[in-house]
Parts: sequence; structure tokens; C-alpha cells
Amino acid sequence: MSSSTSKAIDPSSVELWDHSHHHHDVLSTRTFGFWLYMLSDAMIFALLFAAWGVLSYSHSFAGGPIPADFVKPGYAFLQTLALFGSVLAYGFTMVALKNGNKAGVISGLWGALILGAAFLALDINDVVHLLDAGITPQRSGGLSAFFILTQTHALHILFGLLWMLVMLVQVSRFGFTTEVVGRMLTLRLFWHFQAVIWVFVFVFVYLRGMLI
Amino acid sequence: MLVDLQGPWSPLLGRLALSQIPYENHILAPLFVVVVILGLAIIAAISYFGKWGYLWREWLTTVDHKKIGIMYILIGLVMLFRGFMDALMIRTQQAMAVGPDAPGYLGALHGYLAPYHFGQIYSAHGVIMILLAATPLLVGIMNVIVPLQIGARDMAYPYLNALGLWVTAAAAALVMVSLFVGDFSHNGWFGIAPIFELSYSPGVGVDYWMWVMQLTALGSTLGSINILATVVKMRAPGMTWLRLPIFTWAAVASNIIALTSFPALTVALALIGFDRYLGTHFFTAGLGGNLMLYTNLFWIWGHPEVYFVILPAFGMISEIIPTFSEKPLFGYVTMVLATFGIAGASWAVWLHHFFTMGAGPAVNSFFSVATMLVGIPTGVKVFNWAFTMYRGRLRFETAMLWAVGAVFLLLLGGLTGMMLAIPAINYMVHNSVFVIAHFHQMLLVIVYAIFGAVTYWWPKVFGFKLNEAWGKAVFWLFTAGSVLVFVPMFTLGFMGMTRRLDYVFNTQWQPLLDIQVLGIAVYSLSVLAFVGMLYVSIRDHAKNQVSVDAWGTARSLEWMTPSPVPFYNFAVVPHINARDEWAWRKEHGFTDLRPDHYEDIHMPKNTGIPLILGALMFLLGFGLTWRIWWLCALSLALIIALVIIRSFDSDTGYTIPADEVERMERGHHERARAVDLPAAGVLGGAIAYGQADPAVKGQGAALGGGMTSPEGSRV
Repeated sequence: MSSSTSKAIDPSSVELWDHSHHHHDVLSTRTFGFWLYMLSDAMIFALLFAAWGVLSYSHSFAGGPIPADFVKPGYAFLQTLALFGSVLAYGFTMVALKNGNKAGVISGLWGALILGAAFLALDINDVVHLLDAGITPQRSGGLSAFFILTQTHALHILFGLLWMLVMLVQVSRFGFTTEVVGRMLTLRLFWHFQAVIWVFVFVFVYLRGMLI
Repeated sequence: MLVDLQGPWSPLLGRLALSQIPYENHILAPLFVVVVILGLAIIAAISYFGKWGYLWREWLTTVDHKKIGIMYILIGLVMLFRGFMDALMIRTQQAMAVGPDAPGYLGALHGYLAPYHFGQIYSAHGVIMILLAATPLLVGIMNVIVPLQIGARDMAYPYLNALGLWVTAAAAALVMVSLFVGDFSHNGWFGIAPIFELSYSPGVGVDYWMWVMQLTALGSTLGSINILATVVKMRAPGMTWLRLPIFTWAAVASNIIALTSFPALTVALALIGFDRYLGTHFFTAGLGGNLMLYTNLFWIWGHPEVYFVILPAFGMISEIIPTFSEKPLFGYVTMVLATFGIAGASWAVWLHHFFTMGAGPAVNSFFSVATMLVGIPTGVKVFNWAFTMYRGRLRFETAMLWAVGAVFLLLLGGLTGMMLAIPAINYMVHNSVFVIAHFHQMLLVIVYAIFGAVTYWWPKVFGFKLNEAWGKAVFWLFTAGSVLVFVPMFTLGFMGMTRRLDYVFNTQWQPLLDIQVLGIAVYSLSVLAFVGMLYVSIRDHAKNQVSVDAWGTARSLEWMTPSPVPFYNFAVVPHINARDEWAWRKEHGFTDLRPDHYEDIHMPKNTGIPLILGALMFLLGFGLTWRIWWLCALSLALIIALVIIRSFDSDTGYTIPADEVERMERGHHERARAVDLPAAGVLGGAIAYGQADPAVKGQGAALGGGMTSPEGSRV
């Protein structure tokens, strides 16, 4: 392979220039890049979970409220249902996209959007009640980690909802162009990923929180 | 307000007030005047020559990876100079402030810098040198070279590439603004918990530091996604993984590190932000905060970051040494494996930055052994370079001098690193200037590699060589400076001198500190020589024109493009037949660079949106630093709105028709023929431009005519 040998090569057997008209696949390049972004997002959550792990010993709560006092896995399970329902609706959206069914995509997006908004509403309601009860991120390091981890996830959900709104406009305006389909694919990655992160939040914050 | 602040705050200006402008400072005020005059002179010059339109069209809105790379390098060089000035002040202050009898000037008790000012200088020096000098220089060179080495016309995401540049520029602007508006952080480049908490650092310095670092983290994450996707998705046909040029391999490894480690910095700094802006207790002393959590989070990024900057440097050395040894690189596969070995190990060594945390023998032993393991792949690299040079036809041109110098520095820095990897030794020299000397040796490896790479690839980018005599003067002055500064520093470390001293208590250290000042003076001469080199080279550029293969013995794909490289890189994408494709073509006589016919090229359109987004990021960082909430909300809303608006624009590319491509290519080939040196083909024959009238397509290639694809007959 290297140039250490100098055998004569028949010029007619060599291809020097590429005339095969290969165009790189825009969708695949875009999706690959988004996977890479998801990797960096996964690292952000990994480190927030690490911070939560370090700051969830009983002394991290500085004598204030501990998770066992306030986490409600039942309530969080409602959030789970809302978010997973939203992911399911997005799944149906993608089926409709595959069939080229514009009305199906739009109604699917609305379903995912409403269920995602329900998740967010449940989250905000929970946070407001905690703050009212004096359970604030300013109270202790452990509570700081609790709030920042869960609300970073909620921020991602908010971002996803905004993205869905944009996609609703773009699908109805442009139809299924390469750009729009690419964004629908990457939004699917994003949305599923946030649901996966929620599984970890549910287990390590709400379920494990009962034991702290 | 979310937290109690010391000092005034107003809704309109936040914490900003006229008193925050250090106009009474004897160093900053004159500097500010100089900067203003310089800025006005540049603006006047651009206006006088009527270059605003050119600047906007060709540079500020460009999505061309080469121009973006050049702008990265420009930012890096400017910030390198700024970091050097900080170093100059640190060295002179320490030499002047030795012993209780040392006189004080400009309001300082000893020397001329008050402790608070000195703290800002060493903090800024570290942040700037790592994140705003080394990183942009390396990212810039990767930006220029990686697409050329893999046979691509541009990056996978040209728009994202421009965005990464302007975010980095925003960070650089923010750190420069901190000179003249308010203070910079005074607790070191890596931040010390809990000193950066609001109760101990009530000013805006830590906020500046935090947002500068956040912006660079964002820019680097975007850049790493882009380079990885480019290498994975944009390689020319036939460019299999084991044919990738070694610098591209290094870029891949390095950007995997960047992609996975910069989020750690984002999180560590964001948590400081929550502490300072919301009053949380992540890193506070008390109320459940954990100081060592910060140190761990920071170095989980910090150590991989070190390898993020050293791996591209290794890649550059691996490109320069074979070219000037006139041999293929020794042990290509082991070089790739070593690169990934280092990248993998980078994740398991962070705790060696704080063995003294007291984590216990088991933990310290693990990280000690892991750190020593890094020596194995690094040793593989050093031996590979040595064996590449062994029995080669060595030519010690400037680029080669830098590369070989880097290998020597790597030995020194690496072996002292092995010493520091032993916890027992580390406890003795922790926080001493021995550590400082060690990591400066390693960073000098990067600087040497960057200077080597700039010399090496300059003719590819600009079409003419840098002046050799001046280049060698820069090298030897820089090397003399390095020896004079860092040999005494190693010695002082063993003598017990700790880092970051604004006052040196031991008068017996005076001679060594004076030698260091001599060293920094020699460094200053090298800076002047560098400027001289640029001046002389640009003045004489007509005499130093080069053709495609500037050094005559280069091996990889980028040396098949015209110099300077046209904006579309390759008129027709080459089909890759070998590792070291260009060396292979020269050896087999396939040096005709004219394909039998040209095709339409699709290129991305220029756009001003990344520049505007960068400006808004700067405003956001500035607003957050000074807690000007309306400015933060406005710039954030505009950023989101602009991203959404851009997503509605589907007209982002254009097509260059084939005959236009051919016309431009003919120009490049005529220029190349005019400047082609007879000595260009040491390995193969001379490049076959002149064999026939280029206007006669297909027939022109006595060598190349029959060997292209069957489609050639169609023309």
C-alpha cells in the first residue's frame, strides 16, 4: 500500500478521479451529526447524575428536607405516562411521514406536543408546590442537585416543544422537503433521548430518592 | 435580584458603572489608549482602501473552511500575543518582588503589580493560552487541512463551522473587554472552590472567566461535531480508514475527546453559575456543598482537554517529519493505535491533578498507574518519529526544526510527567513551579508543532513560502528563550518555590528569576522576529511562489490541490488508490492534475447569520457577567429567533457550472506551470502541466489520458 515498492502500474487499470456522481447523503450526514450532538448531551446528563450522586448523601441536605420527605414516585409516574405517550405519538408521526401522509404527521405532532406540554405542566406544578413548602434549591447542596438535574431535563422538554411548533409550521408550509424530513428525523432522536433520560431521572431521583 | 450582591445594581446597566472602568490604572489606561488608536487605524485603513465590502463578502460571511480556519488562526495568534504579554508581566513582577527590601512601584508594595492585579494576570494567562490561543490555532489548522486531506470540498456543516468560529471570537472579545471594563477572575485558570463563590469573589471577575470558558466550550463542541462528521461522511472514494493521513487521524481522536469532554466543562461552570446567580450550594463550604466535586468535574474535562490539544500537535509532527525525511512515516498503524491509546487513557487520569485531595492509596495508585500508562503510546510515537528519520534524507528546513524541537521537548515534558505521576513525588512538588515548568514543556510541544505546521502548510494556503532565514531565527530565539525560562523554573520548583507568587520571599532565588527574565526577553525577540518573518515573506512573496507540491516531497492529498487552494478545493474529487496518495501518484507518474472533464460543483452560500449569532452570544455573555437582565433576555430571544428564521431558508447553496470550473482550473494550472520549480519532483517526475495545451481536453495528459474512468471518452 505504501510507496516502498516501485512496480510499474498499468495506467488503464487505475482510477484517479471520481466521476461516479456520488452525492453525499444529506440526511445521513445530518443524522450522524445529530447523534454526535446527542452524545455531548448525554455527557451533560451523565455529569449532572454524577453531581446528584455525590450530593445525595444525607449530610448533603444540611439538616433540611431530604428526598424521602418529598419525592412522589406516583406523581412522577403520571409524568412518565405523559412523556411516553408523547413519544408514542411522535412514533405515529413518523409512520405517517413514511407514508407521506401530511395530515397524519400534523395530527401526530399535535398529539406529541400536547402530551409533552402535559408533562411540562405536571413538572411545573410539582416545582411550584415544592417551592411553596420551602423545599428550594437554595436550601442545601442536595436540593440544588435535585432541582438542577430535574429542571435541566424539563428545559430540554421545553426546547423540544418549541421545535415541534416550528416543525408544525414547516410541514404545513413546505411539505416533506429534505430539510423538513431531516429535522423530523433529528427531532425524533432528540425526543426519544429525552424519554430515555427521564427513565434514569425516574429511577435515580424519584425511586432512589425514597431511600435517601 | 436572585442573590444578594455587594455594591450597586440598576435595572438598566446591571452592575455596570463608570467606576468599573480602570482609568486610574497605570498599565491599563495607556494600553486602552493604544488599543483605541490601533482599532481606529485599522478601521480608517479599511475605509481608505474601500475594503469593507470585500471584508464582508470574503471573510465575515464566509462558510469556506479554509478562510474560517485562517480566521481561527488569526484569533489564536492575537490571543497568543496577549497571553505572552501576561507571561512577560508575571516574569518581571516575580523578578522585581524578591525579598522584603524589594521596592514597589505603581501602588504595589513590591514590584509593580498589586496582588489582586497579579492574580488576574496569571488567571487570564492560563485561560487565554489554553482556550483562546492553543485551541483556536489547532482548530484553525484542522479546519484548513482536514477537508483537504480527505478529498472533501468543505466541512460536513459549513454553516455550523462559521458559527463555531464566531462563538470563539465572541469569547476572545469578552476576555479582551474584561481588561478595560471591570476585573478578570483572580483565582487561577481552573478556578478554586470555594473562592469563586459569590461570597468570596463578589466582583464580576469570576463571571467573566465563567462565560468566556462557556463560550469556548460551546464553540469547541460545535467544532468537534463538525470535524468528526466531516471525516466520517465526506471522505473521497477510496479513502479507506487505513489510508487516512495521520494528521486527520489525530484530528478524529482529538475531536472525540473534545466532543465528550467539553460537556463536563459546561456542567462544572454551569453549576458555579447556579451557585453565583441562583444561590444554590453545589460548591459552597457548608450547607451540603462539596468543594472537591468541582475539582473533579473540572479535571474530568481538564485532563482530556490537555490531550485534545496535544494530539493534533502529534499529528502535525507526524506530517512534517516524513516530508523532510523523504520517507513514509514509520509504523503508520501503531501511530494510529497510539493516538487512540492516548485518547482512551485521557479519561482515566484526571485525579493526578490533585493527588493531595487525600483520596487514599487505592485511588491514588489507580490514577498513578493510569497516568504512567500514557507513557507507552507516547513512547511509541517518539520511536516512530525517530525511526522515520533514521536513514532518511533529512532536510532541516524551518518546519522540520520545529518538529524535531517538539520531539525533544516532549521527552523533557514527558519524563517530568512520569515523575509527577508518582504520588510520593507529587506530594513533594504539588503546586510548585516544577509542575508549571512540566506542563509548559508539554504546551511548548504544541506551540512548536503549531509553528512547524504554520510554516509547513503556509504555502498551501497562500501560495508562497515563508522566509527560511527569518523562520530559523524565530526558531532559535524561541528555543533559547524556552531553555532560559524553563530550566531555571524546574530548578526553582525543586528548591520549593510555589506557583502564583506575587511576592518571592527567598532572596536566594533572585539569580534564577533573573535568568528567567533574560529568557522572556529572548522570547520577546522571537516575537519580533516572527513579525519580521511575516513582513519579509509577504514583501517577497512574488519570489517565493510555489506550485502544488511546495516542499517537493510531501505525501498526502492536500498537496494535490493548487496553491493557494481554490475555494472548491478539488475541481474533481480524486479517487484514492493508496495511503499517501500523492506520493503514490508521484512514484507511478500519475502527476497530471487535469482530469479529462469537469463537472458542476455544488457549494454552500455565504451567510451573515453566524456572525450575528456570535455578536449576540457576546452580548449575552456580557449581559450575564454584569447582570443586565434585559440584555440577556433580548439577546437570548434574538438568538433563538434567528436560528428558527434561518431554518426557514432552504436556499443555502449554489452550483458552479462545469465550464466555469474548467476556466478557473486552467488559470490555476497556468499559474502552477509558471512557478513550478525544476526540483519539484524528487520522488516522481515533474508535474505534467506543460505537456500539452491545457485547452485541449483529454488529450493533454500523455500520462493521464487513458487512465481515468471510461467516462473520459464522452468528452
